Amino acid sequence: MRFSRRQFFHASSGALAFGSSLTLLKGVGIADTQPIKVANILDRTGGLNIYCLKQITAAAMAVDELNSAGGLLGRKIELIFYDSQSNNQLNSQYATQAFVRDKVDVLHGGVTSSSREVMRPIVDRFKGLYFYNALYEGGVCDRRHVCTGMVPAQQIEPLVDYVVGEKGAKKGYILAADYNYGQITAKWMQKFIRQRGGQDLAVEFFPLDVTNFAPVISRIQAAKPDVVWSALVGDAHMSFYRQYEATIGKKNMMLVGSTYGVGRENATLSPQENEGIIIATSFIDTLPTEAAKSFVAKFKAYSGQNDYVGEYGEYGYRGMMLWAEAVKKAGSVRPDDVIAALDGTTYNGAGGLYKIDGQTNHTTMDIHIGVGNTSQSFDVVKSFSQRAPSDTQAVCDLHKNPNDTKQYEPQL
Amino acid sequence: MTVNQEFASDAAIPPRWWWWLFVAALAVTLMVMPSYVDMALQLDLSIIFILALLALSMSFLWGYAGVLSFGQTAFFGLGGYSYAVLSLNAGVTHWPFVAGILLPMLFALVLGYFMIYGRISDIYLSVITLVVTLILEKTIRSTSGPEYVIGSVRLNGQNGIPGVPSLQLPWDSAAQLSIDGVFYLSAALMLLVYVGLRLLLLAPFGRVLVGIRENERRMELLGYDSRKFKLAAFVLAAGIAALAGVLYAVWGNFVAPEMFNLNQAAQVVIWVIVGGRSTLIGPIVGTGLVQYFGNWLGTQGIGQVTLVLGLVLMLFVLVFREGLLPTIGRFLGLLGRRFRAARPA
Amino acid sequence: MEQIWTGLYLIVFSVAILILISLGLAVIFGMMRVINLAQGEFIMLGAYVCVLASNAGLPLWAAYVAAALLIGLFGVLVERLIIRFLYGRIIDTLLATWGLSLFLVGVVTTLFGPQGRSVSTSFGNIALGGTNISSYNLVLIAIAVAMLAATWALARFTTFGLLVRGTMQDPTVASVLGVNRGLMYMMTFGYGSALAGLAGAVLVPITGAAPTMGVFFVAKAFITVITGGHLPLLGTMGAAGLFGTIDGIVSYVRSSVAGEVSVLIVAIALLRLLPLGITGRLRSGL
Repeated sequence: MRFSRRQFFHASSGALAFGSSLTLLKGVGIADTQPIKVANILDRTGGLNIYCLKQITAAAMAVDELNSAGGLLGRKIELIFYDSQSNNQLNSQYATQAFVRDKVDVLHGGVTSSSREVMRPIVDRFKGLYFYNALYEGGVCDRRHVCTGMVPAQQIEPLVDYVVGEKGAKKGYILAADYNYGQITAKWMQKFIRQRGGQDLAVEFFPLDVTNFAPVISRIQAAKPDVVWSALVGDAHMSFYRQYEATIGKKNMMLVGSTYGVGRENATLSPQENEGIIIATSFIDTLPTEAAKSFVAKFKAYSGQNDYVGEYGEYGYRGMMLWAEAVKKAGSVRPDDVIAALDGTTYNGAGGLYKIDGQTNHTTMDIHIGVGNTSQSFDVVKSFSQRAPSDTQAVCDLHKNPNDTKQYEPQL
Repeated sequence: MTVNQEFASDAAIPPRWWWWLFVAALAVTLMVMPSYVDMALQLDLSIIFILALLALSMSFLWGYAGVLSFGQTAFFGLGGYSYAVLSLNAGVTHWPFVAGILLPMLFALVLGYFMIYGRISDIYLSVITLVVTLILEKTIRSTSGPEYVIGSVRLNGQNGIPGVPSLQLPWDSAAQLSIDGVFYLSAALMLLVYVGLRLLLLAPFGRVLVGIRENERRMELLGYDSRKFKLAAFVLAAGIAALAGVLYAVWGNFVAPEMFNLNQAAQVVIWVIVGGRSTLIGPIVGTGLVQYFGNWLGTQGIGQVTLVLGLVLMLFVLVFREGLLPTIGRFLGLLGRRFRAARPA
Repeated sequence: MEQIWTGLYLIVFSVAILILISLGLAVIFGMMRVINLAQGEFIMLGAYVCVLASNAGLPLWAAYVAAALLIGLFGVLVERLIIRFLYGRIIDTLLATWGLSLFLVGVVTTLFGPQGRSVSTSFGNIALGGTNISSYNLVLIAIAVAMLAATWALARFTTFGLLVRGTMQDPTVASVLGVNRGLMYMMTFGYGSALAGLAGAVLVPITGAAPTMGVFFVAKAFITVITGGHLPLLGTMGAAGLFGTIDGIVSYVRSSVAGEVSVLIVAIALLRLLPLGITGRLRSGL
């Protein structure tokens, strides 16, 4: 049930040298005292693994980098990976195991909100620290939880600024996946569109296994909006992008995808289907910065894979690095010490500067607007600097209520 | 002379003394285990006991009453969700525990009446239970919006309901069941249900059920209303599955639409078949084996657990038709016979 | 007025999809009383064959043919290796084919990864009732109709069809008259699988090919077939027509979840009233 990092590399067509092999460590002068243990619980198999595979590699890459630079506080870091197989029951079991049996100093992982909500109480029970490296619907107020990914306000407000403000597409039709994230994102879309002087003609929700979008495409055409806003999620919903291009065409009506690209849809759809879709993200491979280019190059060299890395992959790396920065700042790995040091911890990463906001334990980051191109990737057209997680800040204050553990529904 | 007295055909014979010894030994081992075993392993074992209860409910219905129901996961999910919604609303957990078992049984009564009294034949009955499970899953998954609230509890659709309270101790409502408490409870309940079902087959009710499975028309001609018995069995099995669902909610402190999943239903079928559908101990063993095997596979990086599970299912249907335990039992029986035959007359 | 055209189109489209995914299973069930739960995976395999063939440069129609042929052959293989041993044991066939479906999903995920793939087509769109609809959807409808017609023609006008119908009606008499039952079952299973493979190939440009796509389809196909009863063509047309209409209307008016749930509820009610399915009481016919 546990899966040490070495076994992982053997299993995944081991391409890579051990960053932390004993000889290398001795060479760098790390004393082989008790290692710092980091647990990473992600879905390597099962339906959710399309989000996790890159993140698993990126997290391992981060640990290797830290180790070859001398480890953390003079100790080597040991990464323990658990494959939760897209099964929440295993998330529960492995999280407990990580704290009870493997005695880890920090837990990274979980991709869906339900997996996070299963593991958070366990982290609280064992007084640990949990880094949730994913984007989600916002509102979690828990000092033992840190989110390094985007929350809706960070992403939607810049998107609306660009699409409604700059491009003047006032009338919008919203489609969203029918679950928490989709519901809340749709609400934020409505709020920001109206604030910007635009109009939301309709909002529709779709269960995650719907593939036939012909009815709604007909309804969209009848409503004649300027732009279609999509918060659709997952494999089945990808067919919407296909059917949209085949029927309406992005040349005739703009299409914005809030979660498009997260599941690396751009790598799967055809160039025409990808072209023109507008997204807002905190990292894409084609960011024209040195940091982004070197991250992508590093990842490709490390993993031996040449395909699109994407946001979730980079989240895994930045989560590990942000935690490391907090540890260095605190001078200790004990969860309570690290938690006290979280506020204001920064890391300069592939997507820009990341800063942990102590009021919410979420991350302020740069947001980039991308437009799909014909090389199955995106062109960056605009960047918004240092957007704060304002939706969660409005409902959560860990300075005032340090014992809060609730997930709030952002009030709209 | 068969070795394993668990075979359905011997249902009317009271269990032998060594069966009682086996159960007692098992009980003692389980009660003593938490002192020697760490919390993580207790958690792992508890979930096996809970899922074994689910498997027991199916194998009871299928192996003894001859009714193949894909709907056990429907009651499993309903039990979990009932407990979650009621206990979060009420703030206490003792009556939601009971209600979590009774409400699904009520639903089973209605559904079962519809199907069994409608004289719907085997395969179509299985199909309807499959369809009901699908309906429930789809419906629950679509309850993400804020308007889907029961009392003060949001159904939350896809994400499920987190933060479900652990059972409060009946004598001290401030205290909650700890991890080893959950272990004791699930082990005890599993044993109780196992023993209970085994003894049930001594009673006239049990014997009539087996008779119905063997030849329904004959039982009817003998004067038994097979519909009543099948319905009773259906409701009882639903109750056991619901109990498993409530325990699951207590174990993990969450419920989710995955409980209703077709995948979950398939897993139950696999456990029962691997263990042996004509026995009661078989499914318990099957659950443990398949769960452990699945976990182990995951860590070996083999990748796709479904692949292996599919192979296992096919293998067991084609070759080991009766499941692991009966096949072993028969094999041992064969050995015994050869051994006896080889002795000088 | 425009709404009516759009509504009609959506209904016909819904019905066509149901026919595509169900006809293969109906042929197999009608003939052999075998519930092949791996039918969804046959559709999935057909989709993958289409993707691979397209990526290798074959034109779309050739990819369709390749999918139908290859999956048909695969079906024959499955019949010989698995189904043959389970004749008459309906529940066991159900379970064995369920195991096969899990196995196939696992194999495809291991070989191709879990993410979906697709094929783009350049059919463009045409105007209907004031809105655009994808022309490819019309192609799909045409192929569904062609499938029905071909199956009917096969059954009605060929010797093979005659033998199949005879075996369906009374296997014992047929074998007494010299028909090789095993061969009939094998060919029928192969034909049903080929239909599934073709369905998968045709669906790829709309839904893409992913290892778990079969799961979405098999439940619907299963319910359509069981509700249709034992006559493959009439049953499928009847059930698909009914469910497609309900789904088309309800999902246009309310939402797709409401559409699916309504279909399922109607299915249950129908099974209660007509336990043998829509064509259950019919003695002759196809």
